Amino acid sequence: MSELLLEERKDLLTKKSIEARKLVVQTVHHAGAGHIGGPMSAIDVLTNLYFNEMNISTEDPNGEDRDRFVLSKGHSAIGLYPVLALRGYFPIEELKTFDAINSRLQAHPDMTILPGLDMSTGSLGQGISAAVGMALGAKLQNKNFRTYCMIGDGESQEGQVWEAADVASKYNLDNLVVILDNNKIQQFGWDAGNQTREIPAFNPKARWEAFGWYVIEIDGHHHEAITNAFSEARNVTGKPTMIIANTVKGKGVSFMENTHNWHSRVPTDEELRQAIQELETEV
Amino acid sequence: MKTILSTKKETMRDALSKTILRLSEEDENVYVLDGDLATSTKVDIVANENPEKFLQMGIAEQNMMSVASGLATTGLQPWAFTFAAFLSKRAIDQIQVQIAQPNLNVKMVGGYSGLLTGLTGKTHQSLEDIAIFRTLANMVVLAPADSTEVEKVMEFAHQYDGPVYIRLARDAYPVIFSDDYQFELGKAVTLKEGSDVTIISTGTQTSRSLEAAEKLESEGISVAVVHMPSIKPLDKEAIVKAAESTGAIVTAEEHSIIGGLGSAVAETLVEEKPVPMVRVGVRDRNAESGPNEAMLQKYEISSDYVAAAVKKVLKKK
Repeated sequence: MSELLLEERKDLLTKKSIEARKLVVQTVHHAGAGHIGGPMSAIDVLTNLYFNEMNISTEDPNGEDRDRFVLSKGHSAIGLYPVLALRGYFPIEELKTFDAINSRLQAHPDMTILPGLDMSTGSLGQGISAAVGMALGAKLQNKNFRTYCMIGDGESQEGQVWEAADVASKYNLDNLVVILDNNKIQQFGWDAGNQTREIPAFNPKARWEAFGWYVIEIDGHHHEAITNAFSEARNVTGKPTMIIANTVKGKGVSFMENTHNWHSRVPTDEELRQAIQELETEV
Repeated sequence: MKTILSTKKETMRDALSKTILRLSEEDENVYVLDGDLATSTKVDIVANENPEKFLQMGIAEQNMMSVASGLATTGLQPWAFTFAAFLSKRAIDQIQVQIAQPNLNVKMVGGYSGLLTGLTGKTHQSLEDIAIFRTLANMVVLAPADSTEVEKVMEFAHQYDGPVYIRLARDAYPVIFSDDYQFELGKAVTLKEGSDVTIISTGTQTSRSLEAAEKLESEGISVAVVHMPSIKPLDKEAIVKAAESTGAIVTAEEHSIIGGLGSAVAETLVEEKPVPMVRVGVRDRNAESGPNEAMLQKYEISSDYVAAAVKKVLKKK
């Protein structure tokens, strides 16, 4: 079922992920605002989607038959923008406008102004339902495009996520793949006495299986695992796929990893320098 | 062309039912989304007669509206049917973020709006939906007065590319419009001429306003009735013209007096042509379940209250 990634492809994806992570930190530093932890945990899956998995064209960003992607955890927009820029949807230089007035790069994605965005998101729990609508729309019109969506583990506390899970299952949406960016840390969390502020027992695998989904659990920072999961999902029939991507919040920068403190903190000049240095030594 | 208050009564639901079935048959892109109220809203006709165009979304209105948004991005025209209360209050964030802001081609039909919701009371009544929907940028807000107009506004919504909210009522109302009536977005409809006061009404209050106007006529008060099927965009020109020609305005709606048609008309008058005005609507109160006539009296929106408002505003002239 799984196919080995060509080493070359894997190298490219790894390099793009590192470039994207650097751009996340630089952009947030430049804007003086933005999220860091969540975007950093999501980067590898996002990079794999845009540089490997999805059938898309930057020449024709609204092509009817393109694959769709919905960033349901919309506050990780600054994780998606660098990937879109690197892929060629808009100039990398434009990242400097993030959060500025008149920017196409809104704090939360606005599909009406930025090419490459398939849905406006930002209010949690909603994007996955829109992705269900897209996948259902494809089925109703006998179109072959696939729909991808990323949700967060914190976002999964929204009841709407499970309403969407129900309907996707009912309509046998095997053209829908949802990725859970399971970084296990949210903005403030549930237990102030707990260092990592973990949420209550979540057990996403059992939950998604109970809702009738095909569930794959992977290391969300491993491009071969991500690629294999996407391939496996293509062979699933009759049910939607949930890929639980176990990730590290703040992935790639030692002092940002596994802490809620970097959910939406802006790095100082010195922290930026250290972060870039750490990311560059990863290459 | 227009007939005023015939004795023939029809429900908006029956008109809706026939129209949505026809649209779903004529246009391959039209799909019906139901929040498990199809037997109340009467879109069950599509489930029965054109089942492949009927999508049951279950009792989950938030998901239903977001799914509608996703469907619209693929080129389909989803029509979501539930009660006005659930659309305007339970799913409004989804509607704002995923339908109104991206300006997607989703049609939202709120049945059981207003006060008369078939003995269901506070949770199922909708006295806030006009106020809520008309604050959303890109949103078109329509409230037809009779069964003919329901069909016409649905035909309009089908042709229109963008989000439309249609506010409907449960029970039977007098037929006001004949089949050759043409609905025009953003245009008021003068149903009765008059020189002393203009009643500007919408939805179900239009037939009650006509009733009030005819009663007042017999008392020697000349009352114009201007129906506003299009609350957003609003026919500001017609409002200013009415203020100029009669010098006093009464608004009438089966809705809270806060934020609805009365507020919209007042906003226009204050900016363009201030004249004495009285609003008829539910006056910042929570309602209850009860028989229709008793409800209209207790919550002060019956035709008697519209007539009383006309007399009140005349004293301010």
